[in-house]
Amino acid sequence: MEMLNAVFVAPFVDMFTYPAFFVEVLLGGLTAGVMYSLVALGFVLIFKASGVFNFAQGVLALFAALTLVGLMTGTIPFSQNSMSALALPIWLAVIATGGVMVGLAYAIERVVLRPLVNQEEIIMFMSTIGLAFVLEGVGDMMWGSDVKALDVGIPSGSFEVNGVLVQVFDLWAAGIAAVMVAFLAVFFQKTKIGRALRAVADDHQAALSVGIPLKTIWVAVWSVAGLVALVAGIMWGSKSGVQFSLSLIALKALPVLILGGFTSIPGAIIGGLIIGVGEKVAEVYWGPLVNGAIENWFAYVLALLFLMFRPQGLFGEKIIERI
Amino acid sequence: MLYRETGQFKTSYSADQAIFPIFQDRMFILGWLIVAFIAVPLMASEYWFQIILIPFLVFSLATLGLNILVGYCGQISLGTGGFMAVGAFSAYKLATNVPELNIIFVILISGLITALVGILFGLPSLRIKGFYLAVATLAAQFFLIWMFNKFGWFVNYSPSGSIAIPPMEIFGVMVTSAKADPVARYYLALGFTVVLALLAKNLVRGPTGRAWMAIRDMDIAAEIIGIKPLATKLKAFAVSSFFIGVAGALYFSAWSGTAESDAFDINLSFNILFMVIIGGLGSVVGSFMGAAFIVLLPIFLTNLFVGELGFSALTAKHLEITIFGALIIFFLAVEPHGLARMWQVTKEKLRIWPFPH
Amino acid sequence: MKLSKFLLGTASALALSGSLVVTDMAVAQEILVPSLVYRTGAYAPNGVPLANGIADYFALLNARDGGIGGVKIKVEECETGYKTPVGVECYEALKAKGAVAFSPFSTGITYQLIPKATQDKIPIFSMGYGRTSAADGSVFKWVFNFPTTYWSQASAVIKYFGDRAGGMDKLKGKKIVHIYHNSAYGKEANPTLEILAKKLGFNLTLLAVDHPGQEQKSTWLQVRRIKPDYIFMSGWGVMNQVAIKEAASINFPMENFLGNWWSGTESDTIPGGAGANGYTSTNFHSVGANFSALNDIKKYVYDAGNGAGKKERIGEVLYNRGIVNSVFVAEAIRVAQKKFGVKQVTGEQVRYGFENLNMDAARWKELGLGGFMGNVKVTCKDHEGGGGVVFIQKWDASGKKWDRVGSAKGYTPMRDVVRPLVEADAAAFAKENGITPRDCS
Repeated sequence: MEMLNAVFVAPFVDMFTYPAFFVEVLLGGLTAGVMYSLVALGFVLIFKASGVFNFAQGVLALFAALTLVGLMTGTIPFSQNSMSALALPIWLAVIATGGVMVGLAYAIERVVLRPLVNQEEIIMFMSTIGLAFVLEGVGDMMWGSDVKALDVGIPSGSFEVNGVLVQVFDLWAAGIAAVMVAFLAVFFQKTKIGRALRAVADDHQAALSVGIPLKTIWVAVWSVAGLVALVAGIMWGSKSGVQFSLSLIALKALPVLILGGFTSIPGAIIGGLIIGVGEKVAEVYWGPLVNGAIENWFAYVLALLFLMFRPQGLFGEKIIERI
Repeated sequence: MLYRETGQFKTSYSADQAIFPIFQDRMFILGWLIVAFIAVPLMASEYWFQIILIPFLVFSLATLGLNILVGYCGQISLGTGGFMAVGAFSAYKLATNVPELNIIFVILISGLITALVGILFGLPSLRIKGFYLAVATLAAQFFLIWMFNKFGWFVNYSPSGSIAIPPMEIFGVMVTSAKADPVARYYLALGFTVVLALLAKNLVRGPTGRAWMAIRDMDIAAEIIGIKPLATKLKAFAVSSFFIGVAGALYFSAWSGTAESDAFDINLSFNILFMVIIGGLGSVVGSFMGAAFIVLLPIFLTNLFVGELGFSALTAKHLEITIFGALIIFFLAVEPHGLARMWQVTKEKLRIWPFPH
Repeated sequence: MKLSKFLLGTASALALSGSLVVTDMAVAQEILVPSLVYRTGAYAPNGVPLANGIADYFALLNARDGGIGGVKIKVEECETGYKTPVGVECYEALKAKGAVAFSPFSTGITYQLIPKATQDKIPIFSMGYGRTSAADGSVFKWVFNFPTTYWSQASAVIKYFGDRAGGMDKLKGKKIVHIYHNSAYGKEANPTLEILAKKLGFNLTLLAVDHPGQEQKSTWLQVRRIKPDYIFMSGWGVMNQVAIKEAASINFPMENFLGNWWSGTESDTIPGGAGANGYTSTNFHSVGANFSALNDIKKYVYDAGNGAGKKERIGEVLYNRGIVNSVFVAEAIRVAQKKFGVKQVTGEQVRYGFENLNMDAARWKELGLGGFMGNVKVTCKDHEGGGGVVFIQKWDASGKKWDRVGSAKGYTPMRDVVRPLVEADAAAFAKENGITPRDCS
């Protein structure tokens, strides 16, 4: 009886007794969710256009952030020494890093994807893990493994509204995510290359037959995913410093991915918000019953529950099976 | 010439139904068994046992288990680490709480417990497919590790959450803990691996294995010809988890001797999936080759760079990670069906040798 | 076809490399000191300065004094990436080469090595980490964890909080939160804290953060709600940087936020920028490069171009910790050489050296490290070396340096509380593993 009360009654009573705190938990969940979505978006882009479940997305974010910091501090690759004369201003460093990511996308298409065209999904998946190892080794060699402070000028600090603490950084993160999604929407709907991307996503063969160059498309989509990784790397890196652990944020994006669906950009956003709120509420209100730290698996279980009703995720394309 | 099955006529049903119907295959397996049971223990050093041979056996068994699920039944799972943890922690609880139980039964029961857990987490596979299932199995991975980490009962309330195998004997020979001779621990792992590998080989060629493969190739079609998807998939989860659980129990008892839940993290799951893919999906012998490859490659690279070329430990590690990743991509590009496929090609070549066609 | 050739090559090369593992025995007049390092992976930012400190001190001894007792020291690094199985592999490989003592620098690896090293008769020196109950030398003959342990640290921390509150009796009713890395390492302090909470009457909340700790929103939401008077953190790696940032952004008073000695390094606080100012952490040795031994390292090692890291990073928290580790290993070798009258010591002899270490203020001064840390006297019974002294250091964000705060003499652990816990846990371990404790009287 006491246990039932602790599980089913007390947490809700708590929520209603201290509404300001509850709002803060919700807010915290939403903002954490936005951060997850930033990572999940990169997965979705690549899966949509090439059917590849790109496990290297987290490492791409790390690599982008490392390159950005390296350029901003004027670090000479492979030497671990920096010369302040070479340090680039932020805007230039961001553009240059974008360039590096496009170059990387080209290299990946050439070296990893092209030899593996038409392989089974799981083979492609494993090869992206191989890619993750390569990028990890090369990134470490180029830029060293110290924790690097990254400050691109996003303000930190916080203010209170009716007893609810709001963090400025989180608002920025939400704003940047919104801008990015708007940009992606325009890119997909209005540009020529975006339309080609959608065609490829629908049907590789048909797209090829109407003269859409598959290779260019793949380079394009990996470039865009690289840029998304750069944004994710900047946001996560500003919070924790740029270091190897940044690559592990990929694990946070996976439940978002299955909940929202592998192929849906709105799914990545909504999925992120649901996961963020779900895990924070669970951790804060139910976690203490079992000594806490439940959010990692809870995110997956939450996603699993949604999947039981919609096996293709909330917004994924319906899986139609025929004999 | 060397590998020719013509002229080998079966004169009885039992000969026709043998696990290895071809004479050369039988000899080949026998040769390996002689090497494994007699030659290796005579020659190997402690370093070889501890770093190469025992982990190779443990991981082969885990790979075999995962291969049954992924390679034969087509259900991708990333929860292998979690299931191995179930095996290891069950073995610990049994060994410490029921000390009179023989270590062989400890390991077998640990496998059975893991099989039950596997069935439980296999239930969603009925509805969820492909990568959605793969990510969903991560729920098992994270939940199980959290559970072992969180509840003191699993670790007999040790404050650090780390477990150690007590010394245990088979027929008066100590086979577990650091006090045991590495050879004894090697035999323990080898015994289980050989018996279970033969079991797996037998299983996949019978009706069970055929049902699994039918589900893998197209589950709707399989259902129409009368294969029950629920029972078949769950059977695959159960058998696979049993193997993985035994591997986990051996990991803990025969190999490492101590463990904490972190040792069974998601990296272990990925590593074993690597072994499956590099070895070859849906191949028993491939499981061994894949495990050998992934166990040996990093050790080989480290020895090459540090020992031979004299690089610093850091440079060597960086190169090792990079080359490991690059080799995986290279392998998948050149032979996506894994080492097992290459073995098959070799057999074809041996069949017609010395003639080119 | 190409591939099969490639495979053949790989196989033959493999066979070759297998043989070289065993042939490389140390025959020259050299003492092999292994260094299990992690310059890669998630915890590399901590592993790099540690490894540099370890290497530099032995390089100094070789360059300045011609080694120890006339024998050169060979430091061989083995990269673990903070991964337990790789650490064991390193152990086996280096053991075969004749290593005399291991310092794993990872609680996970330490736990793995304790039974193995006991069997192989090689001492394990886990300085301020690893298994706390190894402080009971009668059960753990081969394991040393001086100068102090997590349990001792936890009790010293409570003393410091009591000091800040204005007396231990003032702690009654205060709210203390322990934020810990959800691993064997992070959980170590919990039982001690729980016992002290009961004894002293403060309210303790334990908040776990899962590896890697990149995302701690819910932890800090709970902190917001509890409004603790003091926070103690046992963090590691990225968890520390994020926690410091989160604490700053919810305006938690930094001087009431105390990290343990693995949660108070430059790489933890620098990414936090100005927000990290005033963050405190424990330590068991001094920071800064203002010691004559460290100046010697600059002179003999770095000016000769043999430094392991960058000159300006000498004196960082973890660099100095690497130095301390090497000092203890070197001193143990020295004691062993003197006792057994040999130059080339074995692991067994070095164990004797560890057990008979007596590092008083005079000895520290002789080593050029006067006032660097508290005295350490190891005995058969007490492998913790007397329990040590815990200093509190405070981060100065503008000067980018740590300043010592609190009692100038540091805080001594509550031995009366901790020692019985150590002995009880050691006894339980002995029982489970069939060990008869040796007689230490």
